[in-house]
Amino acid sequence: MISTYLPNVDWTKMWDATVETLYMTAVSTVFTFIFGLALGILLFLTAPGHIWANRLVNVLTGSLVNIFRSIPFIILIILLIPFTKFLIGTIRGPEAAMPALIIGAAPFYARMVLIALREIDKGVLEAARSMGAKTSTIIFKVLLPESMPALLSGITVTAIALVGYTAMAGIIGAGGLGTLAFLDGFQRSRTDVTLVSTVLILVVVFIIQFAGDFAVKKLDKR
Amino acid sequence: MIQLTNVNKRFGTSGAAITAVDDVTLTIGEGKIYGIIGYSGAGKSTLIRLLNGLERPTDGTVEVNGRLMSSIGGKELRQARQKVSMIFQHFNLLWSRTVKENITFPLEIAGINKTERERKAAELIELVGLAGRENAYPSQLSGGQKQRVGIARALANDPEVLLCDEATSALDPETTDAILDLLTSINERLGLTIVLITHEMHVIRKICHEVAVMEQGRVVETGDVLEIFQSPKAPITKRFVSQVTEPEDAKKVMSLMRQDHPDGTLVKLAFVGERTEQPVLASLIREFPIDVSILQGNISQTRGGAYGTLILQLTGDEAATQKAITFLHEQGVQTEVFGK
Repeated sequence: MISTYLPNVDWTKMWDATVETLYMTAVSTVFTFIFGLALGILLFLTAPGHIWANRLVNVLTGSLVNIFRSIPFIILIILLIPFTKFLIGTIRGPEAAMPALIIGAAPFYARMVLIALREIDKGVLEAARSMGAKTSTIIFKVLLPESMPALLSGITVTAIALVGYTAMAGIIGAGGLGTLAFLDGFQRSRTDVTLVSTVLILVVVFIIQFAGDFAVKKLDKR
Repeated sequence: MIQLTNVNKRFGTSGAAITAVDDVTLTIGEGKIYGIIGYSGAGKSTLIRLLNGLERPTDGTVEVNGRLMSSIGGKELRQARQKVSMIFQHFNLLWSRTVKENITFPLEIAGINKTERERKAAELIELVGLAGRENAYPSQLSGGQKQRVGIARALANDPEVLLCDEATSALDPETTDAILDLLTSINERLGLTIVLITHEMHVIRKICHEVAVMEQGRVVETGDVLEIFQSPKAPITKRFVSQVTEPEDAKKVMSLMRQDHPDGTLVKLAFVGERTEQPVLASLIREFPIDVSILQGNISQTRGGAYGTLILQLTGDEAATQKAITFLHEQGVQTEVFGK
């Protein structure tokens, strides 16, 4: 019955593409979280009046983040082709999409991390310092737990953006639902394939959003 | 115990520098509750932060229990801070941790093992009267309870000094009194030195042994609380003292009484310490042919003894009134005549 309405959909291919999308999104989200967090914390702590206050590092990191955040993703992929080739050895397949995905998303997430950290009550940081806390204690026991809801909702937004990026990475043959929709659906005029791919992408996005919201709600004790 | 010597703290560049603390020299004895009072912007917040090295003086030295807080740094400073703990106006608890986890936080910093942390936290929860609330989050507590957590947290590493940064300013009067009682009992039971800053004379009156009055970065007056109440010298000190001894309506009552009884002489008496217990008023009425009516009375209990004021209207013969006033002076009662 399904094949009557969706004559061109190859469900095995569709499933493989979904797994590829999930794989690319999951791995790049994890790395984006780590790098974005590190960059965001560095931006926060080197800002004037903070523990590592350092104008040079702050301005340099800030500019780097801004530059990479400003390059349109589709152009970033192309610019990063030599780097990807060097790092992964190929420019095709889901792995080859990772460097561009992470480099595109981490600066974006770093900004969200910075906003989240700035929301922390300054008094709490002062209290931790007054207790004789080391910088590492302040980072892992104050900054991160106290901003966790904002960090999580930030990574939710970023993960959803990454789903979109993986679709764009389809242009360079990354695989996944984006590639399927573009090559099998659009270019071969199989509207049903495009449609089903889109619905699956939406399902992925909704699941991420739901999981993110749930985790934030669970963690927020304010 | 605590010694500040010629301490200056300036903020900003030399062009537009703000002097927050201006040449302050202060000695605070061990086991004392020492109050620093001033209006906002007087520099008291900066001063108290010099004591745990959250701020560094521009000039001068800050010594706390033999450690030169003004020049140590790194690990040495972090360890010193474990013995000079602080509580805050807005409590500054970690919302992501429960009451118990907030209290164990400084113990984690000090590297105490888990069993010992649990034991200490249970003991402190009992001490500050929060039994049964150990697994609550700060958002589920009232202001007074939050400050109790703040106090328990500050006591976790058995400090030598407790700094209180406007610790009761965000609380209602009843809760303020409960927290002040808790601080007093901690001071007595654990013998630790408490330095508190406030803008409320009520706080000074209720729990402090000694007080320093700050204005524009300078300490303008210091001394025993009772003495300061008895004879404030600086104008700002007089204003602070009148916060607790002269309710708002006193002046209104006086002017009304003056209208109603134009023939009387109005006097304000101030009693200090054991004077408050002697029947000065009875002798006054008995020995002089004048009528005495009490317009307003007030007794304040300080740590060093009671301090009271009484506003009287004396009516009768001019010469007798004059003699009565002289008598009051002779009795050692501070007497201020407001005229007829």
